Amino acid sequence: MISLEGLTTLLQTWLQNTLGEPWAFAAESVIVGIAAITLFAFLGLALVYMERKVAALMQIRLGPNRVGPKGIFQTSADTLKLVMKEGLTPDGADKFLFNLAPFMVMIAAMLVLAPIAFARNFQIWDLSIGVLYVAAVSSVAVIGILMAGWSSNNKYSLLGAMRSAAQIVSYELSAGLSILAIVILTGSLRISDIINSQADGWWIIKGHLPVLIAFIVFLIAVTAETNRAPFDLAEAESELTAGFHTEYSGMKFALFFLAEYINIFIGCAINATLFFGGWMPFHIGGWDSFNHVMDFIPSSIWFFGKTMFLIFLIMWFRWTFPRLRVDQLLNLEWKYLLPISMVNLLLVTFMAIMGWHL
Amino acid sequence: MLEELGTNDQGDMIINIGPQHPSTHGVLHLVITLNGETVKKVEPHLGYIHRSIEKMCESLSYRQFIYVTSRMDYLSSHINNHGCALCVEKGLQIEIPARAQVIRVLMDELTRLASHLLWWGALAMDLGAFTPFFYSFREREMINELMEDTCGARLTMNYIVPGGVMMDLHPDFQRKVKEFLRLFKSKIHEYDDLVTGNIIFQNRTKGVGYISREDAISYGCTGPTGRGSGLSCDIRKLYPYEIYDQLQFDEVIETDGDSWARYKVRVGEMMQSMRIIEQLIDNIPEGEFQAKTKAVLKLPKGDFYTRVETARGELGVYIVSEGGSTPYRIKFRSPGFSNLSALDHMSRGGKIGDLMATMGTLDLVIPDIDR
Amino acid sequence: MTKDELKIKFESLQEGLNFEEGTEWLTINVDPEGFKNFALLLRNNNELHFDYLFCLTAVDWKTHLSVVYHFSSTIFRHEVVIKVKIEKSNPIVDTVCDIWRTAEFHEREAYDLLGVEFVGHPDLRRLFLTPDHEGFPLRKDYEDPINMIKL
Repeated sequence: MISLEGLTTLLQTWLQNTLGEPWAFAAESVIVGIAAITLFAFLGLALVYMERKVAALMQIRLGPNRVGPKGIFQTSADTLKLVMKEGLTPDGADKFLFNLAPFMVMIAAMLVLAPIAFARNFQIWDLSIGVLYVAAVSSVAVIGILMAGWSSNNKYSLLGAMRSAAQIVSYELSAGLSILAIVILTGSLRISDIINSQADGWWIIKGHLPVLIAFIVFLIAVTAETNRAPFDLAEAESELTAGFHTEYSGMKFALFFLAEYINIFIGCAINATLFFGGWMPFHIGGWDSFNHVMDFIPSSIWFFGKTMFLIFLIMWFRWTFPRLRVDQLLNLEWKYLLPISMVNLLLVTFMAIMGWHL
Repeated sequence: MLEELGTNDQGDMIINIGPQHPSTHGVLHLVITLNGETVKKVEPHLGYIHRSIEKMCESLSYRQFIYVTSRMDYLSSHINNHGCALCVEKGLQIEIPARAQVIRVLMDELTRLASHLLWWGALAMDLGAFTPFFYSFREREMINELMEDTCGARLTMNYIVPGGVMMDLHPDFQRKVKEFLRLFKSKIHEYDDLVTGNIIFQNRTKGVGYISREDAISYGCTGPTGRGSGLSCDIRKLYPYEIYDQLQFDEVIETDGDSWARYKVRVGEMMQSMRIIEQLIDNIPEGEFQAKTKAVLKLPKGDFYTRVETARGELGVYIVSEGGSTPYRIKFRSPGFSNLSALDHMSRGGKIGDLMATMGTLDLVIPDIDR
Repeated sequence: MTKDELKIKFESLQEGLNFEEGTEWLTINVDPEGFKNFALLLRNNNELHFDYLFCLTAVDWKTHLSVVYHFSSTIFRHEVVIKVKIEKSNPIVDTVCDIWRTAEFHEREAYDLLGVEFVGHPDLRRLFLTPDHEGFPLRKDYEDPINMIKL
């Protein structure tokens, strides 16, 4: 059976046989880099298209339907337009930081890609502190946003960046605590260990109510961390016109835009990995024949299916809810989500010690 | 004006909202003083769309000037026309045929419904929800088509003339209105599910933009803004014109004085408008749709003032006549202008998001303020 | 109170009032000197209670200006119109925006378009036009060769 795992092994053995150990490593790095960038571009286009179609579905309209069949090339056309637009830098802006900021955001998003398992044994780097790395690196993006807001020398941008910083730093906490819940149950920070621990059932099923709470908290936190409605205060177009990227145009704006969608993808991928077993097919402990049937569906389809479902959820939120106010946003985190996830963490720990999970 | 931008001596940030801004619904320019996120002062700068309609009207005849007034509050243009026509008719003491009166009231209420529908979508958009806008426009489109059939225009109807209406109703009018009512009623639950019952929406509007009854009177707030503060100010009830005194409808009054109260008043008013339309749609009397008037209208010397209830509040038309064929001086007391003057009072101490919610529930139409 | 009752009430309150005949609502001509006290009377008298100023404007009568106030009471639902005649060379009248807050904007509008100066107004600036604009557009002698088209 052709699988991504087979392809990588084939490529690796072929490279090592023809080039030798050191050169093969170099070639692999280059291939991985190119593959990652291609994946980025493809994901960006696909997710923007998906968002527009989902929005159209919610808003009783058709969505893009002119460029290409069903409008699938609409986002490519839009990207082309953005590439060809002039990238303006305002006069009063801090030019160096202004131009650096979109790349900061983009690089932070790209780095988080490293430990994500896309399919069985198909992972760029399975490092031992996988989820910790994700939590740490994803918060670097806030520096890029702050930079963008500050260097634009625009008050809307500054306000947007300040809101964004407060928001991301706050919601990082409950996201971290939700991750910890799974880490406690698994006993490992390594992504592959977390996935393998779900071979007899996903944590969302095995972990009873506490894991369900952790999942909901994590979903909210991911929505907030990616600055998506109803938590899109950093952009808040009815208040701050476009928030931190008010002054950006052309490709620099496109990078912010792309980074937003990549961040959603990563957030949902981590969510799927932690609570829905990542690439792990739907298994039920003890039902070996059922599990075997499930294994016939390729692991990459399981992974992308789960991730896309979660992305759809987040898009659904965006096109349904009004935006929160800034103090309500922080209240929600500090007064509700954080205490809930702390108590929940205790429950999970207790459950793990007593071995009550399935 | 530009020098005062930046920060003031207390270190507060001064920021321009508008004239080009997504939630000012036009070219309103607000200079707001911010302490962090908290609004300390809101100062409207007007005039970006001022066309001096009052001056224009001074050189237009009594038949002509009514058309210009469609461009003031373009969302209730029919009601503007209505107010002006009533003022001219008051001066000339013209008796209006019963059919014309019913048609006028029907159109008024349809206009009010359309205006409130647009407001409903735009308010949700101000609060960050995009989808309701499409839902409300779906229904509003039906009203626009109705208007187009009968009046020939979708927004600036220019349908009312002194003495009645310009032409008779379109043969399909009654059928289409009934169809609209039926469809709209079957969709109301979507409105409640999507916005009214939404906890985020309620939190965003409750207690926001508070104005007490006394302040509402002092600031001259009328329409849903005044009624949201418990002030009974519906001209249709207090000073009935046309056939409003024969109709069954309630004046929707809430006493909380916040954005949520204003929201509930407007939603309630949509229901009342439907009630009025339902009463009238099967009872349009036969007869003339226009009274016989002279070719050139000349108001007698004196002052004439009429008040009508637009979708935003009380519109006053004040005509000073010297006996000629054009008004000597004309003044429109527009509801938006007075409501805007209370914005500073309402939004002080709130957040920027609250300012948007307050502005949204005031339902400002900028050409109405600038005239 | 009806129009006639109001008239009797006013006559009992202040002597020598100049009523205008043939109007829909009771119309009183007041001098600018005594206007402020009269306005306070309108607002504070318990039987009049004119708490709602629903229209404030001015009319250019070529020889003079008159500022027109439309008052209403939200309790008694009666109306009164006050006209203050002021000279064109010295268009001064006391502000009422400390009594009715809505007057703040309406007075700025009247100042902007007709050049009536309201003494004691906290922030009397142009409202619609730019601060450097010359002339008052709604006056009858206003000329603007570029923007004005005469029929």
